[in-house]
Amino acid sequence: MDVERLYRADYGRILATLIRLLGDFDLAEEALQDAFAAALEQWPGEGEPASPRAWIVSTARHKAIDRLRHRTRFEDKRAALETLATLEESPVSSDPIESVVTDERLRLVFTCCHPSLAVDAQIALTLRSLCGLSTDEIARAFLVSVPTMAQRLVRAKQKIRDARIPYRIPPDEQLPERLEAVLRTVYLVFNEGYAATSGDTVVRRELTAEAIRLGRVLSELMPDRTEARALLALMLLHDARREARISANGEPVPLEEQDHRRWDRAQIQEGLTLVKSALRDGGAGFYALQAAIVAVHAEAECAENTDWRQITRLYDLLAERHSSPVVELNRAAAVAMADGPARGLELLDALESRGGLADYYLLPAARADLLRRLGRWEEAAATYRRALPLVANEPERRFLERRLAEVESKSRLARG
Amino acid sequence: MQYLLLIYQREAELNGWTDADKAAFYEAYGPFTQGIVKSGHMRAGAGLQPIATATTVRVRDGKTLTTDGPFAETKEQLAGFYLIEAKDIDEAIAIAAKIPSARFGSVEVRPTIAGH
Repeated sequence: MDVERLYRADYGRILATLIRLLGDFDLAEEALQDAFAAALEQWPGEGEPASPRAWIVSTARHKAIDRLRHRTRFEDKRAALETLATLEESPVSSDPIESVVTDERLRLVFTCCHPSLAVDAQIALTLRSLCGLSTDEIARAFLVSVPTMAQRLVRAKQKIRDARIPYRIPPDEQLPERLEAVLRTVYLVFNEGYAATSGDTVVRRELTAEAIRLGRVLSELMPDRTEARALLALMLLHDARREARISANGEPVPLEEQDHRRWDRAQIQEGLTLVKSALRDGGAGFYALQAAIVAVHAEAECAENTDWRQITRLYDLLAERHSSPVVELNRAAAVAMADGPARGLELLDALESRGGLADYYLLPAARADLLRRLGRWEEAAATYRRALPLVANEPERRFLERRLAEVESKSRLARG
Repeated sequence: MQYLLLIYQREAELNGWTDADKAAFYEAYGPFTQGIVKSGHMRAGAGLQPIATATTVRVRDGKTLTTDGPFAETKEQLAGFYLIEAKDIDEAIAIAAKIPSARFGSVEVRPTIAGH
Protein backbone atom coordinates (compact mmCIF):
# COMPACT_ATOMS: atom_id res chain seq x y z
CA MET A 1 0.00 0.00 0.00
CA ASP A 2 1.62 3.30 -1.00
CA VAL A 3 1.46 6.44 1.10
CA GLU A 4 -1.27 8.09 -0.91
CA ARG A 5 -3.57 5.07 -0.84
CA LEU A 6 -3.03 4.59 2.86
CA TYR A 7 -3.88 8.25 3.37
CA ARG A 8 -7.11 8.02 1.41
CA ALA A 9 -8.23 4.75 2.94
CA ASP A 10 -7.20 5.13 6.56
CA TYR A 11 -6.84 8.80 7.40
CA GLY A 12 -10.00 8.88 9.55
CA ARG A 13 -9.16 5.68 11.36
CA ILE A 14 -5.61 6.70 12.20
CA LEU A 15 -6.65 10.20 13.24
CA ALA A 16 -9.30 8.68 15.52
CA THR A 17 -6.65 6.52 17.21
CA LEU A 18 -4.35 9.50 17.66
CA ILE A 19 -7.05 11.74 19.10
CA ARG A 20 -7.69 9.11 21.76
CA LEU A 21 -3.97 8.71 22.48
CA LEU A 22 -3.28 12.43 22.61
CA GLY A 23 -6.61 13.80 23.81
CA ASP A 24 -6.14 16.80 21.53
CA PHE A 25 -7.73 17.20 18.10
CA ASP A 26 -5.27 19.76 16.72
CA LEU A 27 -2.17 18.03 17.99
CA ALA A 28 -3.35 14.72 16.55
CA GLU A 29 -3.93 16.31 13.17
CA GLU A 30 -0.57 18.07 13.08
CA ALA A 31 1.30 14.97 14.20
CA LEU A 32 -0.49 12.87 11.60
CA GLN A 33 0.46 15.31 8.83
CA ASP A 34 4.08 15.13 10.07
CA ALA A 35 3.99 11.34 10.01
CA PHE A 36 2.62 11.17 6.48
CA ALA A 37 5.25 13.69 5.35
CA ALA A 38 7.92 11.47 6.92
CA ALA A 39 6.47 8.42 5.14
CA LEU A 40 6.62 10.23 1.78
CA GLU A 41 10.27 11.00 2.48
CA GLN A 42 11.40 7.63 3.83
CA TRP A 43 9.36 4.86 2.25
CA PRO A 44 10.52 5.27 -1.34
CA GLY A 45 14.19 4.90 -0.28
CA GLU A 46 14.01 2.57 2.70
CA GLY A 47 11.08 0.47 1.57
CA GLU A 48 7.62 0.20 3.03
CA PRO A 49 7.45 -0.96 6.66
CA ALA A 50 5.85 -4.33 7.48
CA SER A 51 2.81 -2.70 9.04
CA PRO A 52 2.34 0.70 7.36
CA ARG A 53 -0.49 1.83 9.60
CA ALA A 54 1.32 0.94 12.81
CA TRP A 55 4.37 2.78 11.45
CA ILE A 56 2.27 5.91 10.86
CA VAL A 57 0.70 5.77 14.32
CA SER A 58 3.96 5.30 16.15
CA THR A 59 5.73 7.95 14.05
CA ALA A 60 2.86 10.38 14.69
CA ARG A 61 3.14 9.64 18.39
CA HIS A 62 6.82 10.59 18.34
CA LYS A 63 6.09 13.69 16.30
CA ALA A 64 3.46 14.67 18.86
CA ILE A 65 5.96 14.24 21.69
CA ASP A 66 8.41 16.48 19.77
CA ARG A 67 5.74 19.09 19.24
CA LEU A 68 4.73 19.01 22.91
CA ARG A 69 8.38 19.43 24.00
CA HIS A 70 8.72 22.50 21.83
CA ARG A 71 5.67 24.28 23.10
CA THR A 72 6.86 27.52 24.57
CA ARG A 73 3.82 29.34 25.86
CA PHE A 74 3.56 28.78 29.58
CA GLU A 75 -0.12 27.85 29.70
CA ASP A 76 0.43 25.32 26.91
CA LYS A 77 3.43 23.91 28.69
CA ARG A 78 1.57 22.77 31.78
CA ALA A 79 -1.01 20.84 29.75
CA ALA A 80 1.77 19.55 27.50
CA LEU A 81 3.69 18.14 30.46
CA GLU A 82 0.63 16.22 31.63
CA THR A 83 0.02 14.78 28.16
CA LEU A 84 3.71 13.92 27.80
CA ALA A 85 3.70 12.05 31.09
CA THR A 86 0.77 9.85 30.07
CA LEU A 87 2.11 9.41 26.55
CA GLU A 88 5.49 8.21 27.72
CA GLU A 89 3.94 5.78 30.18
CA SER A 90 1.41 4.27 27.77
CA PRO A 91 2.85 1.35 25.80
CA VAL A 92 2.43 1.14 22.03
CA SER A 93 1.00 -2.21 21.03
CA SER A 94 2.29 -3.88 17.89
CA ASP A 95 -0.78 -2.83 15.93
CA PRO A 96 -2.57 -0.19 17.91
CA ILE A 97 -5.36 0.14 15.38
CA GLU A 98 -7.01 -3.14 14.55
CA SER A 99 -8.55 -3.98 17.90
CA VAL A 100 -10.30 -0.69 18.49
CA VAL A 101 -11.10 0.55 15.00
CA THR A 102 -14.84 0.34 15.37
CA ASP A 103 -15.28 2.48 18.42
CA GLU A 104 -12.78 5.09 17.45
CA ARG A 105 -14.14 6.04 14.07
CA LEU A 106 -17.63 6.19 15.55
CA ARG A 107 -16.39 8.42 18.34
CA LEU A 108 -14.89 10.75 15.80
CA VAL A 109 -18.13 10.89 13.78
CA PHE A 110 -20.14 11.79 16.84
CA THR A 111 -17.65 14.49 17.83
CA CYS A 112 -17.53 16.02 14.35
CA CYS A 113 -21.33 15.99 14.03
CA HIS A 114 -22.07 17.25 17.53
CA PRO A 115 -25.19 19.45 17.49
CA SER A 116 -23.31 22.14 19.43
CA LEU A 117 -21.36 22.81 16.23
CA ALA A 118 -22.90 24.75 13.34
CA VAL A 119 -24.02 22.48 10.50
CA ASP A 120 -21.44 24.05 8.13
CA ALA A 121 -18.74 23.31 10.65
CA GLN A 122 -19.96 19.74 11.15
CA ILE A 123 -19.74 19.08 7.42
CA ALA A 124 -16.29 20.63 7.06
CA LEU A 125 -14.92 18.83 10.10
CA THR A 126 -16.33 15.48 9.02
CA LEU A 127 -14.82 15.75 5.53
CA ARG A 128 -11.51 16.92 6.97
CA SER A 129 -11.18 14.43 9.81
CA LEU A 130 -12.97 11.30 8.64
CA CYS A 131 -12.41 11.49 4.91
CA GLY A 132 -9.01 13.17 5.01
CA LEU A 133 -9.99 15.83 2.45
CA SER A 134 -7.67 18.81 2.49
CA THR A 135 -8.91 22.25 3.46
CA ASP A 136 -8.40 23.27 -0.20
CA GLU A 137 -10.56 20.42 -1.46
CA ILE A 138 -13.39 21.17 0.98
CA ALA A 139 -13.24 24.89 0.19
CA ARG A 140 -13.46 24.11 -3.53
CA ALA A 141 -16.34 21.67 -3.06
CA PHE A 142 -18.37 24.27 -1.14
CA LEU A 143 -17.21 27.22 -3.24
CA VAL A 144 -15.81 29.25 -0.38
CA SER A 145 -12.32 30.68 -0.14
CA VAL A 146 -9.57 28.60 1.44
CA PRO A 147 -9.03 31.05 4.34
CA THR A 148 -12.78 31.02 5.09
CA MET A 149 -12.82 27.24 5.21
CA ALA A 150 -9.61 27.12 7.26
CA GLN A 151 -11.12 29.52 9.76
CA ARG A 152 -14.34 27.48 9.94
CA LEU A 153 -12.28 24.40 10.80
CA VAL A 154 -10.15 26.21 13.38
CA ARG A 155 -13.24 27.60 15.10
CA ALA A 156 -14.91 24.20 15.18
CA LYS A 157 -11.85 22.62 16.78
CA GLN A 158 -11.63 25.47 19.26
CA LYS A 159 -15.22 24.89 20.26
CA ILE A 160 -14.61 21.17 20.72
CA ARG A 161 -11.82 22.06 23.12
CA ASP A 162 -13.32 25.08 24.90
CA ALA A 163 -16.88 23.86 25.37
CA ARG A 164 -15.55 20.36 26.02
CA ILE A 165 -17.44 18.48 23.34
CA PRO A 166 -16.71 14.90 24.32
CA TYR A 167 -14.92 12.37 22.19
CA ARG A 168 -17.17 9.37 22.67
CA ILE A 169 -20.23 7.51 21.47
CA PRO A 170 -23.29 9.05 23.12
CA PRO A 171 -25.11 7.02 25.77
CA ASP A 172 -28.19 5.07 24.66
CA GLU A 173 -30.73 7.69 25.71
CA GLN A 174 -29.04 10.33 23.51
CA LEU A 175 -28.09 8.02 20.65
CA PRO A 176 -31.19 8.32 18.42
CA GLU A 177 -31.12 12.12 18.43
CA ARG A 178 -27.37 12.31 17.94
CA LEU A 179 -27.37 9.69 15.21
CA GLU A 180 -29.99 11.76 13.43
CA ALA A 181 -27.57 14.70 13.40
CA VAL A 182 -24.80 12.48 12.02
CA LEU A 183 -27.01 11.07 9.26
CA ARG A 184 -28.26 14.54 8.35
CA THR A 185 -24.69 15.77 7.96
CA VAL A 186 -23.78 12.83 5.72
CA TYR A 187 -26.91 13.37 3.65
CA LEU A 188 -26.13 17.09 3.27
CA VAL A 189 -22.69 16.19 1.94
CA PHE A 190 -24.32 13.79 -0.50
CA ASN A 191 -26.92 16.30 -1.62
CA GLU A 192 -24.38 19.02 -2.17
CA GLY A 193 -22.54 16.58 -4.42
CA TYR A 194 -25.65 15.14 -6.08
CA ALA A 195 -27.55 18.33 -6.77
CA ALA A 196 -24.95 21.02 -6.48
CA THR A 197 -26.73 24.22 -5.51
CA SER A 198 -24.20 26.34 -7.36
CA GLY A 199 -21.18 26.09 -9.59
CA ASP A 200 -20.48 24.81 -13.09
CA THR A 201 -21.48 21.17 -12.80
CA VAL A 202 -24.66 19.45 -11.67
CA VAL A 203 -22.88 16.67 -9.79
CA ARG A 204 -19.72 16.87 -7.75
CA ARG A 205 -18.54 13.31 -7.77
CA GLU A 206 -16.04 13.65 -4.94
CA LEU A 207 -18.75 14.69 -2.49
CA THR A 208 -21.22 11.93 -3.38
CA ALA A 209 -18.41 9.38 -3.18
CA GLU A 210 -17.30 10.61 0.26
CA ALA A 211 -20.89 10.60 1.55
CA ILE A 212 -21.41 7.03 0.36
CA ARG A 213 -18.12 6.03 1.95
CA LEU A 214 -19.27 7.55 5.26
CA GLY A 215 -22.65 5.88 4.88
CA ARG A 216 -20.92 2.52 4.50
CA VAL A 217 -18.83 3.10 7.60
CA LEU A 218 -21.90 4.07 9.66
CA SER A 219 -24.05 1.19 8.53
CA GLU A 220 -21.20 -1.28 9.13
CA LEU A 221 -20.41 0.13 12.55
CA MET A 222 -24.03 0.31 13.68
CA PRO A 223 -25.68 -2.70 12.07
CA ASP A 224 -28.71 -2.52 14.36
CA ARG A 225 -29.56 1.05 13.31
CA THR A 226 -31.93 0.71 10.37
CA GLU A 227 -31.81 4.45 9.57
CA ALA A 228 -28.06 4.29 8.88
CA ARG A 229 -28.65 1.37 6.49
CA ALA A 230 -31.60 3.17 4.87
CA LEU A 231 -29.51 6.29 4.28
CA LEU A 232 -26.81 4.23 2.57
CA ALA A 233 -29.49 2.58 0.40
CA LEU A 234 -30.96 5.98 -0.50
CA MET A 235 -27.59 7.39 -1.53
CA LEU A 236 -26.64 4.29 -3.54
CA LEU A 237 -29.96 4.30 -5.42
CA HIS A 238 -29.78 8.01 -6.24
CA ASP A 239 -26.15 7.78 -7.25
CA ALA A 240 -26.82 4.74 -9.49
CA ARG A 241 -28.56 7.14 -11.90
CA ARG A 242 -25.57 9.47 -12.19
CA GLU A 243 -24.74 8.57 -15.84
CA ALA A 244 -28.33 9.01 -17.03
CA ARG A 245 -29.01 12.20 -15.08
CA ILE A 246 -26.65 14.37 -17.04
CA SER A 247 -26.78 14.89 -20.79
CA ALA A 248 -23.72 14.98 -23.05
CA ASN A 249 -23.59 18.77 -22.74
CA GLY A 250 -23.75 18.64 -18.94
CA GLU A 251 -27.40 19.54 -18.47
CA PRO A 252 -29.69 17.68 -16.07
CA VAL A 253 -32.07 15.12 -17.60
CA PRO A 254 -35.46 14.88 -15.86
CA LEU A 255 -36.32 11.48 -14.40
CA GLU A 256 -39.06 10.70 -16.93
CA GLU A 257 -36.63 11.32 -19.82
CA GLN A 258 -33.74 9.25 -18.45
CA ASP A 259 -32.50 6.18 -20.28
CA HIS A 260 -32.90 3.46 -17.65
CA ARG A 261 -30.33 1.29 -19.44
CA ARG A 262 -27.66 3.74 -18.33
CA TRP A 263 -28.42 3.21 -14.65
CA ASP A 264 -25.85 1.29 -12.64
CA ARG A 265 -27.68 -2.02 -12.14
CA ALA A 266 -25.18 -3.56 -9.72
CA GLN A 267 -25.40 -0.53 -7.45
CA ILE A 268 -29.20 -0.53 -7.70
CA GLN A 269 -29.19 -4.18 -6.64
CA GLU A 270 -27.08 -3.36 -3.60
CA GLY A 271 -29.38 -0.44 -2.74
CA LEU A 272 -32.52 -2.54 -3.14
CA THR A 273 -31.18 -5.27 -0.87
CA LEU A 274 -30.33 -2.70 1.79
CA VAL A 275 -33.65 -0.86 1.63
CA LYS A 276 -35.60 -4.10 1.82
CA SER A 277 -33.66 -5.25 4.85
CA ALA A 278 -34.10 -1.85 6.52
CA LEU A 279 -37.86 -1.95 5.94
CA ARG A 280 -38.05 -5.57 7.11
CA ASP A 281 -36.23 -4.68 10.33
CA GLY A 282 -38.88 -2.10 11.08
CA GLY A 283 -37.32 1.06 9.71
CA ALA A 284 -39.95 3.29 8.13
CA GLY A 285 -38.23 6.55 8.99
CA PHE A 286 -37.26 9.53 6.90
CA TYR A 287 -34.50 7.82 4.93
CA ALA A 288 -36.18 4.42 4.62
CA LEU A 289 -39.31 5.93 3.06
CA GLN A 290 -37.30 8.05 0.65
CA ALA A 291 -35.16 5.04 -0.25
CA ALA A 292 -38.33 3.03 -0.86
CA ILE A 293 -39.53 5.73 -3.28
CA VAL A 294 -36.25 5.72 -5.20
CA ALA A 295 -36.38 1.91 -5.17
CA VAL A 296 -39.76 1.93 -6.96
CA HIS A 297 -38.21 4.16 -9.65
CA ALA A 298 -35.17 1.92 -9.88
CA GLU A 299 -37.25 -1.21 -10.33
CA ALA A 300 -39.01 0.19 -13.40
CA GLU A 301 -37.45 -0.97 -16.64
CA CYS A 302 -38.39 2.24 -18.39
CA ALA A 303 -39.97 5.52 -17.31
CA GLU A 304 -43.45 4.56 -18.61
CA ASN A 305 -43.51 1.45 -16.40
CA THR A 306 -42.96 3.43 -13.20
CA ASP A 307 -45.52 2.56 -10.52
CA TRP A 308 -46.59 6.13 -9.73
CA ARG A 309 -49.49 4.97 -7.50
CA GLN A 310 -47.05 3.20 -5.22
CA ILE A 311 -44.78 6.23 -5.23
CA THR A 312 -47.69 8.52 -4.33
CA ARG A 313 -48.64 6.24 -1.42
CA LEU A 314 -45.07 6.36 -0.12
CA TYR A 315 -45.06 10.16 -0.42
CA ASP A 316 -48.31 10.28 1.56
CA LEU A 317 -46.60 8.37 4.38
CA LEU A 318 -43.55 10.59 4.16
CA ALA A 319 -45.66 13.78 4.23
CA GLU A 320 -47.63 12.42 7.18
CA ARG A 321 -44.56 11.63 9.29
CA HIS A 322 -41.92 14.05 8.07
CA SER A 323 -43.78 16.92 6.50
CA SER A 324 -41.66 19.65 4.94
CA PRO A 325 -42.12 21.98 1.96
CA VAL A 326 -39.59 19.95 -0.07
CA VAL A 327 -41.47 16.70 0.65
CA GLU A 328 -44.72 18.42 -0.38
CA LEU A 329 -43.12 19.65 -3.60
CA ASN A 330 -41.94 16.15 -4.52
CA ARG A 331 -45.29 14.68 -3.56
CA ALA A 332 -47.04 17.12 -5.92
CA ALA A 333 -44.70 16.04 -8.74
CA ALA A 334 -45.53 12.35 -8.08
CA VAL A 335 -49.28 13.06 -7.94
CA ALA A 336 -48.95 14.90 -11.26
CA MET A 337 -47.53 11.71 -12.76
CA ALA A 338 -50.16 9.45 -11.18
CA ASP A 339 -53.29 11.61 -11.52
CA GLY A 340 -52.35 14.13 -14.17
CA PRO A 341 -50.64 17.57 -14.15
CA ALA A 342 -53.82 19.44 -13.15
CA ARG A 343 -54.01 17.63 -9.81
CA GLY A 344 -50.29 18.25 -9.22
CA LEU A 345 -50.81 21.92 -9.95
CA GLU A 346 -53.51 22.16 -7.27
CA LEU A 347 -51.06 20.81 -4.69
CA LEU A 348 -48.38 23.28 -5.80
CA ASP A 349 -50.92 26.13 -5.50
CA ALA A 350 -51.67 25.05 -1.95
CA LEU A 351 -47.96 24.87 -1.13
CA GLU A 352 -47.30 28.29 -2.63
CA SER A 353 -50.21 29.90 -0.81
CA ARG A 354 -48.74 28.66 2.47
CA GLY A 355 -45.62 30.62 1.56
CA GLY A 356 -43.25 27.66 1.66
CA LEU A 357 -40.07 27.63 -0.47
CA ALA A 358 -40.40 31.27 -1.51
CA ASP A 359 -36.87 31.58 -2.94
CA TYR A 360 -36.41 27.99 -4.05
CA TYR A 361 -36.19 27.79 -7.86
CA LEU A 362 -37.52 24.23 -7.95
CA LEU A 363 -41.02 25.39 -6.96
CA PRO A 364 -41.58 27.68 -9.98
CA ALA A 365 -39.60 25.20 -12.12
CA ALA A 366 -41.94 22.34 -11.13
CA ARG A 367 -44.95 24.55 -11.69
CA ALA A 368 -43.72 25.65 -15.12
CA ASP A 369 -43.17 22.01 -16.05
CA LEU A 370 -46.78 21.09 -15.18
CA LEU A 371 -48.13 24.09 -17.11
CA ARG A 372 -45.97 23.01 -20.06
CA ARG A 373 -47.44 19.50 -19.88
CA LEU A 374 -50.94 21.00 -19.79
CA GLY A 375 -50.14 23.00 -22.95
CA ARG A 376 -50.61 26.30 -21.13
CA TRP A 377 -47.61 27.75 -22.98
CA GLU A 378 -47.79 31.40 -22.02
CA GLU A 379 -48.24 30.73 -18.31
CA ALA A 380 -45.45 28.15 -18.51
CA ALA A 381 -43.12 30.71 -20.12
CA ALA A 382 -43.93 33.33 -17.48
CA THR A 383 -43.23 30.79 -14.72
CA TYR A 384 -39.90 29.68 -16.25
CA ARG A 385 -38.93 33.35 -16.30
CA ARG A 386 -39.77 33.56 -12.61
CA ALA A 387 -37.59 30.51 -11.82
CA LEU A 388 -34.51 31.64 -13.76
CA PRO A 389 -33.21 34.41 -11.47
CA LEU A 390 -33.36 31.97 -8.53
CA VAL A 391 -30.98 29.36 -10.05
CA ALA A 392 -27.33 29.47 -9.05
CA ASN A 393 -26.25 26.29 -10.83
CA GLU A 394 -25.11 26.95 -14.40
CA PRO A 395 -26.27 23.71 -16.17
CA GLU A 396 -29.64 23.88 -14.37
CA ARG A 397 -30.05 27.39 -15.70
CA ARG A 398 -29.25 26.29 -19.27
CA PHE A 399 -31.81 23.50 -18.93
CA LEU A 400 -34.53 25.93 -17.81
CA GLU A 401 -33.58 28.39 -20.56
CA ARG A 402 -33.96 25.64 -23.15
CA ARG A 403 -37.39 24.72 -21.76
CA LEU A 404 -38.35 28.40 -21.78
CA ALA A 405 -37.35 28.71 -25.46
CA GLU A 406 -39.44 25.60 -26.23
CA VAL A 407 -42.62 26.89 -24.61
CA GLU A 408 -42.11 30.36 -26.10
CA SER A 409 -42.00 28.91 -29.60
CA LYS A 410 -45.07 26.72 -28.90
CA SER A 411 -46.85 29.77 -27.57
CA ARG A 412 -46.03 31.72 -30.78
CA LEU A 413 -47.25 28.77 -32.88
CA ALA A 414 -50.47 28.56 -30.87
CA ARG A 415 -51.16 32.25 -31.48
CA GLY A 416 -50.46 31.59 -35.14
CA MET B 1 -15.64 22.11 34.01
CA GLN B 2 -18.22 24.74 34.89
CA TYR B 3 -21.10 25.75 32.67
CA LEU B 4 -23.53 28.61 33.11
CA LEU B 5 -27.07 27.68 32.13
CA LEU B 6 -28.93 30.86 31.17
CA ILE B 7 -32.68 30.47 31.21
CA TYR B 8 -34.66 32.55 28.73
CA GLN B 9 -38.41 32.71 28.51
CA ARG B 10 -41.18 35.01 27.34
CA GLU B 11 -42.44 37.06 30.23
CA ALA B 12 -45.49 38.08 28.22
CA GLU B 13 -46.40 34.45 27.65
CA LEU B 14 -45.96 33.56 31.30
CA ASN B 15 -48.12 36.54 32.34
CA GLY B 16 -50.97 35.08 30.34
CA TRP B 17 -51.00 31.85 32.33
CA THR B 18 -53.55 30.99 35.02
CA ASP B 19 -52.37 31.13 38.64
CA ALA B 20 -52.67 27.34 38.87
CA ASP B 21 -50.45 26.85 35.81
CA LYS B 22 -47.90 29.30 37.15
CA ALA B 23 -47.84 27.56 40.53
CA ALA B 24 -47.35 24.15 38.92
CA PHE B 25 -44.55 25.56 36.77
CA TYR B 26 -42.64 27.12 39.68
CA GLU B 27 -43.14 24.02 41.79
CA ALA B 28 -41.40 21.92 39.12
CA TYR B 29 -38.21 23.88 39.86
CA GLY B 30 -38.07 22.41 43.40
CA PRO B 31 -37.36 18.78 42.49
CA PHE B 32 -35.07 19.84 39.63
CA THR B 33 -32.89 21.99 41.89
CA GLN B 34 -32.84 19.38 44.67
CA GLY B 35 -31.85 16.80 42.07
CA ILE B 36 -28.76 18.66 40.89
CA VAL B 37 -27.79 19.55 44.47
CA LYS B 38 -27.94 15.88 45.42
CA SER B 39 -26.03 14.75 42.32
CA GLY B 40 -23.28 17.26 43.09
CA HIS B 41 -23.66 19.32 39.89
CA MET B 42 -25.07 22.49 41.45
CA ARG B 43 -22.70 25.39 42.14
CA ALA B 44 -25.10 28.35 42.21
CA GLY B 45 -28.37 29.52 40.81
CA ALA B 46 -31.23 31.98 41.13
CA GLY B 47 -34.44 33.03 39.50
CA LEU B 48 -34.64 36.66 38.45
CA GLN B 49 -37.32 39.29 39.01
CA PRO B 50 -39.11 40.56 35.89
CA ILE B 51 -37.22 42.57 33.28
CA ALA B 52 -39.04 45.74 34.48
CA THR B 53 -36.85 45.67 37.59
CA ALA B 54 -33.62 45.74 35.58
CA THR B 55 -31.07 48.55 35.41
CA THR B 56 -28.19 48.79 32.96
CA VAL B 57 -24.89 50.39 33.92
CA ARG B 58 -22.17 51.57 31.55
CA VAL B 59 -18.98 53.51 32.27
CA ARG B 60 -17.81 55.80 29.47
CA ASP B 61 -14.91 58.23 29.82
CA GLY B 62 -14.97 57.61 33.54
CA LYS B 63 -18.65 58.56 33.81
CA THR B 64 -21.24 56.14 35.05
CA LEU B 65 -24.34 56.01 32.86
CA THR B 66 -27.30 54.33 34.44
CA THR B 67 -30.38 53.52 32.42
CA ASP B 68 -33.61 51.67 32.67
CA GLY B 69 -33.73 48.38 30.84
CA PRO B 70 -32.37 46.46 28.88
CA PHE B 71 -35.03 47.28 26.33
CA ALA B 72 -37.20 44.25 25.89
CA GLU B 73 -36.85 44.09 22.12
CA THR B 74 -35.89 40.45 22.21
CA LYS B 75 -38.65 37.90 22.32
CA GLU B 76 -37.24 36.01 25.29
CA GLN B 77 -35.84 37.52 28.45
CA LEU B 78 -33.24 36.23 30.90
CA ALA B 79 -35.25 34.73 33.75
CA GLY B 80 -32.71 32.87 35.83
CA PHE B 81 -29.50 30.88 35.81
CA TYR B 82 -27.68 27.89 37.22
CA LEU B 83 -23.95 27.49 37.50
CA ILE B 84 -23.14 23.79 37.32
CA GLU B 85 -20.14 21.50 37.34
CA ALA B 86 -20.28 18.95 34.53
CA LYS B 87 -17.71 16.66 32.97
CA ASP B 88 -18.45 17.76 29.41
CA ILE B 89 -20.99 19.59 27.26
CA ASP B 90 -23.16 16.49 26.86
CA GLU B 91 -23.68 16.27 30.61
CA ALA B 92 -24.41 20.01 30.73
CA ILE B 93 -26.92 19.67 27.87
CA ALA B 94 -28.65 16.75 29.61
CA ILE B 95 -29.07 18.87 32.77
CA ALA B 96 -30.22 21.92 30.78
CA ALA B 97 -32.89 19.80 29.10
CA LYS B 98 -34.40 19.00 32.51
CA ILE B 99 -34.91 22.66 33.49
CA PRO B 100 -38.69 23.25 33.53
CA SER B 101 -38.40 26.43 31.39
CA ALA B 102 -36.67 24.50 28.60
CA ARG B 103 -40.07 23.15 27.63
CA PHE B 104 -41.37 26.54 26.50
CA GLY B 105 -38.40 28.89 26.65
CA SER B 106 -34.76 28.11 25.96
CA VAL B 107 -31.58 27.46 27.89
CA GLU B 108 -28.20 28.73 26.71
CA VAL B 109 -25.30 26.53 27.79
CA ARG B 110 -22.03 28.47 28.15
CA PRO B 111 -18.74 27.03 29.33
CA THR B 112 -16.97 29.34 31.79
CA ILE B 113 -13.34 30.37 31.47
CA ALA B 114 -11.37 28.10 33.80
CA GLY B 115 -10.66 30.02 37.01
CA HIS B 116 -7.81 29.72 39.48
